Amino acid sequence: MAVNTETPNDTKSTDRIEKRVVLRAPRTRVWRALTNAAEFGTWFRVKLEGAFAEGKPVRGRLSIPSYEHVTLELLVERIDPERYFSYRWHPYAVDPAVDYSTEPTTLVEFTLEDTDGGTALTIVESGFDRIPLARRAEAFRMNDNGWTGQIKQLAKYVE
Amino acid sequence: MSSKGSAAPLFAALGDATRLRLLGRLSAGGPLSITRLSEGTGVTRQAITRHLHALGRVGLVRNARRGRERVWDLNRERLERAKRYLDQIAAQWDDAAERLRAFVED
Repeated sequence: MAVNTETPNDTKSTDRIEKRVVLRAPRTRVWRALTNAAEFGTWFRVKLEGAFAEGKPVRGRLSIPSYEHVTLELLVERIDPERYFSYRWHPYAVDPAVDYSTEPTTLVEFTLEDTDGGTALTIVESGFDRIPLARRAEAFRMNDNGWTGQIKQLAKYVE
Repeated sequence: MSSKGSAAPLFAALGDATRLRLLGRLSAGGPLSITRLSEGTGVTRQAITRHLHALGRVGLVRNARRGRERVWDLNRERLERAKRYLDQIAAQWDDAAERLRAFVED
């Protein structure tokens, strides 16, 4: 009842995603779930190796079915206790044949506020406008699984 | 043409640094003539023309006559498809937020 996921600006911006959820749990509890790497890994479904610390990268494999081949790397930017937590990563970097390390990253920000009956959590991921179009169009590829891995061969088509 | 539809050639067309730059410039301030699009690229007008036609064949750009010159612009509908990427990531965040909720509301 108290929980809604909203996307206030999804029709306007191509650069950012914003989600707001109200969680029926104390702020301290939500904070721990976000910033304790083991707890984060439990709900996010990634087996992180190490703790979150400002300026430090943390890596881990996804434990989401059909994405177990994916290793994530989160570079923690800021930890402002019980209020704000942010990191950078390569969004949707799911193709093991692609080296994403030279691509721009997106910034993921979690902001907590007290609200009636619990904690309001805002999740913002921004910086998508700097991600190459070819990568952004990958959603396409995922939806049309008949041609995964064939991009290079098909390059001839337009030459 | 691929029987899987037009998605694969779209990616092939995007898989080139010059073409991505052209799309970037058109995105920032199209429509533009080939002369304008070649400026500062170090790429010949002939090469730019070839790249534009490659992008045009997959529907990413189109051209029109403006006065005495031909100008090129993005085909926004086609690019809308890339926006689905964002929708997909947004859906993943929805799922993650739901899992977080289940985790902290226990």
